[in-house]
Amino acid sequence: MKSVILYSLSGFSTYIHNLLSSNIGNNLILLITELTIIGITLLISLVLLCFFLGWMERRVAAFMELRLGPNRVGPQGTLQIVADTVKLLFKEGLTPSKSDKFLFNLAPFIVVVAAMMAIAPLAFAKNFSIFDINIGVLYVSSVSSLSVLGVLMAGWSSYNKYSLLGAMRSGAQIVSYELSVGLSLIAIVVLSGNTSLGEIINSQQNGWWIFKGHIPAIIAFVIFIIASTAEINRAPFDLAEADQELTGGFNTEYSGMKFAMFLLAEYINLFVVSAMGATLFLGGWMPFHIGNWESFNQIMDYIPSFVWFMGKTFLIIFIIMWFRWTFPRLRVDQLLKLEWKYLLPISMINIILITLIAIMGWHF
Amino acid sequence: MNNEEFKIYLHSLLPEAVFVETGEFLEIQIASDKLFPFLENIKISENTSFDYLFCLTCIDRIDKFEMVYHLLSKTHKHILVVKSIISDYQNPETETVCNLWKTAEFHEREVFDLFGIKFKNHPDLRRIFLDDNWNGYPLRKNYIDPNMIEL
Amino acid sequence: MRGLIEEDYTTKEGEFVINIGPQHPSTHGVLHLKVWLNGETIIKIQPHLGYIHRSIEKMSERLSYRNFIFATSRMDYLAAHINNEACALAVEKGLQIEATPRAKVVRTILSELTRLSSHQLWWASTGLDLGAVTPFFYAFREREAILDIMDETCGARLTQNYMVPGGLMNDIHPNFQKRTKEVLKQIKEKFKEYDDILTGNVIFINRTKGVGYLSKEDALSYGVTGPTARASGLSCDIRKWAPYSAYPSVDFEEILDTEGDSYSRYLIRMKEMKQSVSIIEQLIDNIPEGDFQEKTKNVIKLPKGEFYQRVETPRGELGVYIVSEGMSSPYRIKYRSPNFSNLSVLPTIAKGYKIGDLVAIMATIDLVIPDIDR
Repeated sequence: MKSVILYSLSGFSTYIHNLLSSNIGNNLILLITELTIIGITLLISLVLLCFFLGWMERRVAAFMELRLGPNRVGPQGTLQIVADTVKLLFKEGLTPSKSDKFLFNLAPFIVVVAAMMAIAPLAFAKNFSIFDINIGVLYVSSVSSLSVLGVLMAGWSSYNKYSLLGAMRSGAQIVSYELSVGLSLIAIVVLSGNTSLGEIINSQQNGWWIFKGHIPAIIAFVIFIIASTAEINRAPFDLAEADQELTGGFNTEYSGMKFAMFLLAEYINLFVVSAMGATLFLGGWMPFHIGNWESFNQIMDYIPSFVWFMGKTFLIIFIIMWFRWTFPRLRVDQLLKLEWKYLLPISMINIILITLIAIMGWHF
Repeated sequence: MNNEEFKIYLHSLLPEAVFVETGEFLEIQIASDKLFPFLENIKISENTSFDYLFCLTCIDRIDKFEMVYHLLSKTHKHILVVKSIISDYQNPETETVCNLWKTAEFHEREVFDLFGIKFKNHPDLRRIFLDDNWNGYPLRKNYIDPNMIEL
Repeated sequence: MRGLIEEDYTTKEGEFVINIGPQHPSTHGVLHLKVWLNGETIIKIQPHLGYIHRSIEKMSERLSYRNFIFATSRMDYLAAHINNEACALAVEKGLQIEATPRAKVVRTILSELTRLSSHQLWWASTGLDLGAVTPFFYAFREREAILDIMDETCGARLTQNYMVPGGLMNDIHPNFQKRTKEVLKQIKEKFKEYDDILTGNVIFINRTKGVGYLSKEDALSYGVTGPTARASGLSCDIRKWAPYSAYPSVDFEEILDTEGDSYSRYLIRMKEMKQSVSIIEQLIDNIPEGDFQEKTKNVIKLPKGEFYQRVETPRGELGVYIVSEGMSSPYRIKYRSPNFSNLSVLPTIAKGYKIGDLVAIMATIDLVIPDIDR
């Protein structure tokens, strides 16, 4: 590529790898060290990311609601969420006396681990991902469906009818919306002919799939946004929590750090979903290019790939937050009706159209 | 129907009824055993059709209870206050009007709760505001709150 | 603990009981509903009341005719003015006096401002109950402006005690007319925003349309009043049926609908807000000069007799029934509260709907719990 990469994260990771391998002879120890570094970095950055998302959600909400939002603790209120986390840390982690204690304590971990596992194949920048597995799309969609287990566990073990209702709602919801998410992901897999996220991004060098795939790709994108909002239990599909109906749903009985872990998982899921949308439909870290406008394309290339990726991801995150703060909540039967009567048939027809486009090579 | 004709009509329904005209509305006083048939009659009858019971309450007159029913007819737009005297102060009992006006169900529970009047044939006669094990009936004039401190 | 003796928790196969409240986000206070559910479908509802019972009626028997009025501000705290007005009117009826013309007009303006602010809070909480948080803040923007007017003129924002027998406690603030006009202008501009964010929203319409159907017969039989009954086509506006204060001189129509579902109840209240604005506009420039209070004795004694006053609160018909024995305090006082009757219909209209609908129904009936328990 003739483009100039100014800030390359891959250069940084290669530097660390070289530094470590020159000092550590044993390959196994090298691998373990590197994995540890990756793990710790990931944990820290995810927590920071969630801090940021929490702050962003409050500020976005405040912006929509004619308020200021957190603006006292730290610059522009950025440390407010840290203060809240400290508060949650010091809170007593209550366990209901008749609950199934093992499952009750296990559930938040399952939810968080399932959310974090889905981070692995994401390409944060050019040549910079933890593990670009060749079945990346399948991996993300299967791992992200694990979180329903944690939610069901939490609801069942709490010994609370509200929790149980919330968990059952959540189960029905996630299982059904998984289909639409899957089908809209498949649309891009069909178009690009690849399931590896890296390859899918590379296939968008001359244009993002949302533009290249004509109208069916846009439909797939819209369905993806709707269905994945439902899959991560966010308003207007937050029936599993449904404050006003179920007083918190599956996490009614959780307090302190265990509650914070559900929040953490929610934000990681939000990020993963938006990152997947950005990767598949909006070209991931790929800059915005227009046909043969060489000079324009070069200017776009000057913007670091990490910024492109994050910019697109946060655009989708903003849209999903926008939903949450403006829409009322659906009812449980309407939720399932939307999926089974509208989204699923549309995505099935859409898949046929996409396949036709892919076979005939009508896409750009 | 104006007030006079109305009075004559009601009188024909229940000759022994006593009319009181001091207040704002036309008021009729009847014995508590005649109450239910009379109310049923004036609710169903086309001439009166009192279809709206807008207030149901009770007054403690030290030696007797007065049940007060404020009735309104949406079609004729007239108001009638029916009072029935319950003379048994120790064991006050009267017929429920739940099946005529469903709003009476809650109002009668309130009267039962605060005055201790038992409504016969009431579908769900339980205390509505106070504890089930509350002693006494607070709105009675002889009720003394054991926890009250005189200042 | 109340109600734990011989509690009815019997269920059929596949059913279970959940207790909604007394501390639940969508009951707006301490309403306790015991709900029998089959899955998500409501089989039976049993309201449990009394968590905020303060025996205002018993208290009033020991208070003077000047003082008992102020206890009523704490009944329907969203319409303190109208509660006070009802009591003041009832006492005036007993004294056989009328408030001064100035007081009458100001009372009406304040009542309509109260209705506006109450409906705005209702609109805010309806959105919130259905999961839309933002309307809450939209409505509070205008409500705050109204409460500021109240603050300036009545000296309180929520539990105003401004109505006294004979008129008003004080004259209105010099800024009153100017600020009211400003607020009305602002509110009229913002109605469009209200419609944009909630009224026309597809999800909102789906959540409320056809939900919680209340028939006209049931409304009448259960004594349902206010916008809840008017949505079912039952004419019950006391401002028209038994006009009081300055309402006879105001030009307005009773708003009726025939649908009887939650959405129709919602629309009625939205229209009532616009109507309140128009009523205030008719009166605000025509406040007569003169005394703000009719002369009354220091210790008011009502003659022996019974006095009943009906007024229209934002939630329906409030009746104040005073039984006097000629003393300086009432012998018996009864408040016929609109919410008490409106609540009694809830078990009937919510049957067979989903638990999410129960929230929508409760929101559109617009219950204020302290008014139920008194």
